[in-house]
Amino acid sequence: MQKQAVVPPPGAGTRLATQACSHGTEHWTIGQAAGLRLSASSWRFADASKSHFAGEAKVIDMLGYYLQLAVRSLRRNPVLTTLMIIAVGVGIGASMTMLTNLRVMTGDPIPDKSSQLFVPQIDVWGPGSRRTGGAANTDRLPDTLTYRDAIAFMRARRGVHQTAIYGMGLDIDAGSGRPFAAAGLAAYADFFPLFEVPFASGGPWSASDDESRANVVVLSAKLAERVFPHADAVGKTVNLEGHEYRIVGVMKPWSPVPRFYDTNGTGAAFGNTEDFFVPFTNAIDRQHESWGGIGCPGRAPAGWAGLLTSECVWLQFWVELPTAAAVRNYQDFLSSYAAEQRRSGRFDWAARTQLHDVPDWLVQEDVVPEQARVNTFIGFALLVVCLINAIGLMMAKFGSRAGELGVRRAMGGSRRDIFLQCLVETALIGLAGGLLGLGLTAIGLAVDRALLAQGERNVALDVLTRLDTGMLAITLAVAMAATLCAGLYPSWRASRVQPAWQLKVQ
Amino acid sequence: METLSILKSVRRNKIGALLLVLQIAISLAVMSNCLSIIQDNLAQMRRPTGVDEANVFLVSNQWLNKPADLGPRIQADLDVIRSVPGIMDAEATNSYPLHGGGSSGGLSLKPDQKVTTRTAEYYVDEHGLAAYGLKLAAGRWFTAGEIGEVGVHESENPASVIVTAALAHKLYPSGNALGQVVYWTPAASSRIVGIVERAQAPWAAWTQARAEYSAFLPYHYIDNWVMYVVRSRPGQMGRAIPAVEERLFKLTRQRVVATETFAEARNSAYFDPRSTGVLLGVLCAVLLVVTIFGIVGLTMYWVGQRRRYIGMRRALGACRIDILNYFHTENLLIAGCGALLGILLGLGGNLWLTSHLELGRMSVAYICVGAVIIMAISQASVFFPAMRAASIAPTEAIRAL
Repeated sequence: MQKQAVVPPPGAGTRLATQACSHGTEHWTIGQAAGLRLSASSWRFADASKSHFAGEAKVIDMLGYYLQLAVRSLRRNPVLTTLMIIAVGVGIGASMTMLTNLRVMTGDPIPDKSSQLFVPQIDVWGPGSRRTGGAANTDRLPDTLTYRDAIAFMRARRGVHQTAIYGMGLDIDAGSGRPFAAAGLAAYADFFPLFEVPFASGGPWSASDDESRANVVVLSAKLAERVFPHADAVGKTVNLEGHEYRIVGVMKPWSPVPRFYDTNGTGAAFGNTEDFFVPFTNAIDRQHESWGGIGCPGRAPAGWAGLLTSECVWLQFWVELPTAAAVRNYQDFLSSYAAEQRRSGRFDWAARTQLHDVPDWLVQEDVVPEQARVNTFIGFALLVVCLINAIGLMMAKFGSRAGELGVRRAMGGSRRDIFLQCLVETALIGLAGGLLGLGLTAIGLAVDRALLAQGERNVALDVLTRLDTGMLAITLAVAMAATLCAGLYPSWRASRVQPAWQLKVQ
Repeated sequence: METLSILKSVRRNKIGALLLVLQIAISLAVMSNCLSIIQDNLAQMRRPTGVDEANVFLVSNQWLNKPADLGPRIQADLDVIRSVPGIMDAEATNSYPLHGGGSSGGLSLKPDQKVTTRTAEYYVDEHGLAAYGLKLAAGRWFTAGEIGEVGVHESENPASVIVTAALAHKLYPSGNALGQVVYWTPAASSRIVGIVERAQAPWAAWTQARAEYSAFLPYHYIDNWVMYVVRSRPGQMGRAIPAVEERLFKLTRQRVVATETFAEARNSAYFDPRSTGVLLGVLCAVLLVVTIFGIVGLTMYWVGQRRRYIGMRRALGACRIDILNYFHTENLLIAGCGALLGILLGLGGNLWLTSHLELGRMSVAYICVGAVIIMAISQASVFFPAMRAASIAPTEAIRAL
């Protein structure tokens, strides 16, 4: 068959090429012998190979040679090359913009501790409680605790650290300028070690401050800068709703994303942290209203005292349980607590209890908006369409080079050589497309940021739209992998080129 | 005859045809779903709140140092606001439509009913109707005599309640809600004395189903942090806002005041669907451009591959229009397959979407219109390469033979 006549046995090809290329004139002869009219480009290809094949053909040399060939081939057809790079780049840009958002949203807000922090739940309303319409959440326990349960859990001290929290808004008067309203959190001293809150100056208040319901406050970096610019705020006082509070600590900027620790409707899941923190006991004493949701089984009883004794749930509770044994112990504690409450006549049902760690809690609270997943999915669909385009373009490109590839086959290049050559070209496109994609991702994120900033909702913007090194690596890897996958079929097809047919046609 | 020869040639270039089919299918599926989400969001954002949105503005007022005499202070504020020229009426309340946060309660028809209908609660007095600018559909508004006082943790049980038409219909589908007694708890009931045409809940931006379940309770709302809902006469809001703020501060500076117009409140309430819409719109536009380029590119490649064939046909007497026809028919066949697959993919995707997002189901007609549009786009994008093919000179094409 013709094919066999042209293709030399394995090994012979390289030798033949080596001979041919070390003597430029001989090469010309071979070309003539094969009945070829060598185009200028093929001539260059033979010429370029000279130095590389002078000695022993090493793998690394081969790759370098392929790269050189690839660059040359890509430059020969700038329109197709540009289109391919744009196709890959646009797809990568769109999908990675969406993925960056989703990756941050689904990220672990406190990686080294997320499996050690738990939210307890207890079924204080019972199976007989009135439900609002819809059967969706009938099995779900209340997300927050009543005041009496939160206090009971605090007193029990069964975890390494534990804290009840609730969000609130107070007016702040720092002595100079207009008073203003700010968001704050009522918490126990344990809050700070439990969530590993970093301090710039000072530190948390003490457990005895919790006990004595002291007027102490921890400020966020932002608020400290606002009320005491260019000075250490620790030791100074601020006026919170008419009472002087001593500043014991100033936090470093701290904004876990998602803002997982309080999902009770105070501030967005992707919003900033509170501006100030006061002892829970102090806030209760001062009757600071909760900004979060308060759920009551019936009509709420009158007044603040009524709220504290009622079965209304409104307090978020966290406990740190470092070992599996501690978790089991805590589960036992919860069950026995529920049983005891039943014995005392508070419940006439066996109240279920549950413990959720951070990832579990984020899922239960639907913290990641479904829309973010949908957007990511759409971004990747766009990438697929772009890759389909790239496949088409590659087929066009390799197809238009069938003649040249035929010559290479005729001169002894194996199918594997052609295949690898095409893949190297594809990889180059993938790399260039990935770089373009990175640029487009940066632009996409900038647009995203502009969109979000419009909302004036204090989203932790820089975090949500940050292109970190991990994302950088993912982007380039996805671009290369996707383009190489897309290039497999066109390269394979190119390597099946029939040299005899190509030569004859020319 | 022509179609047969096209099918033959497509069979010889299966991969190229498959790429085109896939591209059109995915583009159609994704774009129709994106546009359906955008349309849904737009429809959601356009829903009226029931409030006189053009003339209402909102003053959030927080007193400093928690004064004890909140009731008289709020009343004094309201008197001052109502006396500002250009103000129609004002009301101190706990929330307003699209505010985000508010109170809610569960209403039932019988005292011992287990499943209740959750409704937003607005605390209003006799000025409420005029201050929000609501329209009364049936019954009456509250009179000054029946207004009680309520704090943030207090809830008396009002003798009368006014509900929206949507809530009335949910409770009494047969339309006899007016005058009925409804239960907040087994022991607490209210009689429906009025029905307003429409008033959205504070959380209307996030929900379709419960968006218009609102109830008005006859209370002066007494809290350290209240919302003044203020309605100006048409065209006078611009001057009224600074005047109101100035008068309030004249009474006392011991307060934190934040004012926004209802339009601004609406704008921030619908921030999420709007930004989602912009994002999806951009993605769709990019997808459309990529798809058009893809169709043009693949057809051009194809034409290039078949130059000889075209030249031969031309040499054998085919007119340019025949060649043009050939490529358009071929594209129609392929794009048709793509569109069919796209309709299936799109409807399947929509099923997945509607199970994840609160969205209306996309209608089959909607995606079919999309299919026709994308086929038209495909036909348009094949025109240029087909023209180029048609202009191949017969001599040039067969010279290489």
